[in-house]
Amino acid sequence: MENLLSVKNLRVEIPLAAGQLLPVRGISFDLKKGETLCVVGESGCGKSLTSLAIMGLLPKIAQRKADRLEFAGKDLTGLSERQMSAIRGNDMAMIFQEPMTSLNPAYTIGNQLMEGLIRHKGVSRSTARDRAILLLEKVGITAAASRLPQYPHQLSGGLRQRVMIAMSLMCTPDLIIADEPTTALDVTIQAQILRMIKELQAELGMAMIFITHDLGVVARIADKIAVMYAGTFVETGTAEQIFNAPMHPYTKGLLSCIPVPGKTDRGSRLGSIPGIVPSLIGGIDGCGFRSRCPYAQDACATEPTLTDRESGHTCRCIHEASKLKALTWEVA
Amino acid sequence: MLHFFLKRLALAALVALTVSLISFSLLFLAGDPAIALAGEGATDADIHAIRTQYGFDRPVMEQYLFWLKNALAGDFGTSYYFKTPVINLIAEKMPTTMILGLSAISFAILLSIPLGVLAAVKPNSLFDRIALFISVIGQAIPSFWFGLILIVTFAVKLRWVPVSGSDSWQHFILPTIVLGYYATPAIMRLTRAGMLEVLRADYIRTARAKGIRPGKVLFKHALRNAVIPVVGLAAVQLGFMLGGSVIIESIFALNGAGFLAFESISRNDFPVVQALILIFSLIYVLLTLLADLLNAWLDPRIRVA
Ligand SMILES: Nc1ncnc2c1ncn2[C@@H]1O[C@H](COP(=O)(O)OP(=O)(O)OP(=O)(O)O)[C@@H](O)[C@H]1O
Ligand code: SF4
Ligand SMILES: [Mg+2]
Repeated sequence: MENLLSVKNLRVEIPLAAGQLLPVRGISFDLKKGETLCVVGESGCGKSLTSLAIMGLLPKIAQRKADRLEFAGKDLTGLSERQMSAIRGNDMAMIFQEPMTSLNPAYTIGNQLMEGLIRHKGVSRSTARDRAILLLEKVGITAAASRLPQYPHQLSGGLRQRVMIAMSLMCTPDLIIADEPTTALDVTIQAQILRMIKELQAELGMAMIFITHDLGVVARIADKIAVMYAGTFVETGTAEQIFNAPMHPYTKGLLSCIPVPGKTDRGSRLGSIPGIVPSLIGGIDGCGFRSRCPYAQDACATEPTLTDRESGHTCRCIHEASKLKALTWEVA
Repeated sequence: MLHFFLKRLALAALVALTVSLISFSLLFLAGDPAIALAGEGATDADIHAIRTQYGFDRPVMEQYLFWLKNALAGDFGTSYYFKTPVINLIAEKMPTTMILGLSAISFAILLSIPLGVLAAVKPNSLFDRIALFISVIGQAIPSFWFGLILIVTFAVKLRWVPVSGSDSWQHFILPTIVLGYYATPAIMRLTRAGMLEVLRADYIRTARAKGIRPGKVLFKHALRNAVIPVVGLAAVQLGFMLGGSVIIESIFALNGAGFLAFESISRNDFPVVQALILIFSLIYVLLTLLADLLNAWLDPRIRVA
């Protein structure tokens, strides 16, 4: 099948007083129609900036560079803000990490839900209203019609995030990017919203990039997984490959941190791998995981490349695939 | 909301009362009104007669309370100069001043809000710098001087508009520009600062993510939030403008309440001056009250509690 999204060597650069920050340093992947790619990684590894870069929504100071950024056969790299605006919301939509601040305080929920549909599909207000009510019901909001005249400040965080999800679905986009849509919410709602997103995605046949800290979530929804570290993918593969035969030491570290019911505190985050991430300012010498890796060797001082190890399972490490598979994660 | 309103209203009344008392006392500090009123060449007996006739021999506080009691009933006494009721004079002149004030604030808003928005879109760009330059000039040059330049250029040389008077709408063009321009810098800078802040907000990113057109993102999603404090400022500026109309109306011989105030001061026509000070300060106080209410109303977080 043809690729819906094709990304090659995507980079983000932010000029700071301390030097050039390189939070995204060469991301490549392809996504087919209806597929779900999960991107996992610690806080600050560049997940949000990667998704914002794809959407063309980076903060002003950040610059996007890419060898290829194609969506539905269209090259996105040269498009103006106006041209992008015709695609965003219509063909590709995004759910943000911050439900509390992502809705405009000055307008009603109904207004904010309807305007995208009216803009892209040119439908009447009453058609837009019906669709808004339908989607609010789909995301599990009761008495949906009575929510339309309400303002964001009248809704809880969970409700706001549901509204954001409904909003992203208004035009039935081909691609939806969900940036940690549940992290800001409490645990019971998290599971509910996750199930709902998954159902809607299957029902509407959308492709999804799902970003998360939480490998537990990944296991439930991913077709493909990309493990991100310090601005690059260090391992990619199918959900099966990553969970059953992880290769990269960092992935193994993450997997060892998955909460086990009854044993680990609920809601505890990843990032319990000891050590610190290298500075993202300027280049990184060698493997960025070197200072934290139990298997680091002298050869790790030259940066390894992301190479295909077997049937699309890629890994960025100096070690052989067979050796990597045999390694177990041990905290030094 | 009601509680908030009543509190502001009480405060506003107090401020207006204080202003009227101060203005009343100031007239006495300025000299003996009886001497001024009697005019040159008056005898001591004349002055004395006037003093008792107008009650200037009574304690100031007593005079003030007497004046206030009548004023509250709408009776501001009789003009010394015109010999007609002050309230009639003011009712006749006030519309001109109101038209001038409203058109000046409209001019200021229509000019400064778009400038502020555009300046915020590209901060530190050439456009932003030019807008800043315009605003600095606006605050630096005195209104009367600016007014005279406009008169010389557009009325005398180019003959596009009449020089002075208040017979047609054309007469209002230059005064509107001079008075409105004065308020432009403050409104523009507040708009720019507000927009800069709002444009960084997550909900602007959401609007863009929905594919809302760039212009609509700016003017619907951003400006609506940035404009809340601007509305308050504009109301206060309108109050200043009514004060400023004293100067502007004099320059352009626009026959409004401001011009009347200017002339009454030079004629020692105290009842008119006192009434105008009270009315102008009342309007000012009401405008600030209105600004507070508008702010509260514009922000759904306050309005829809
Ligand atoms: N506007 C910005 N200016 C400067 N640095 C930024 C900016 N936005 C992000 N960064 C930096 O870029 C890096 C990547 O940020 P990003 O938000 O993509 O991380 P993330 O993987 O989404 O983290 P999290 O899981 O906490 O959301 C971080 O180090 C962050 O501090
Ligand atoms: S390249 Fe070296 S340091 Fe990096 S993950 Fe592999 S073994 Fe560890
Ligand atoms: Mg993030």
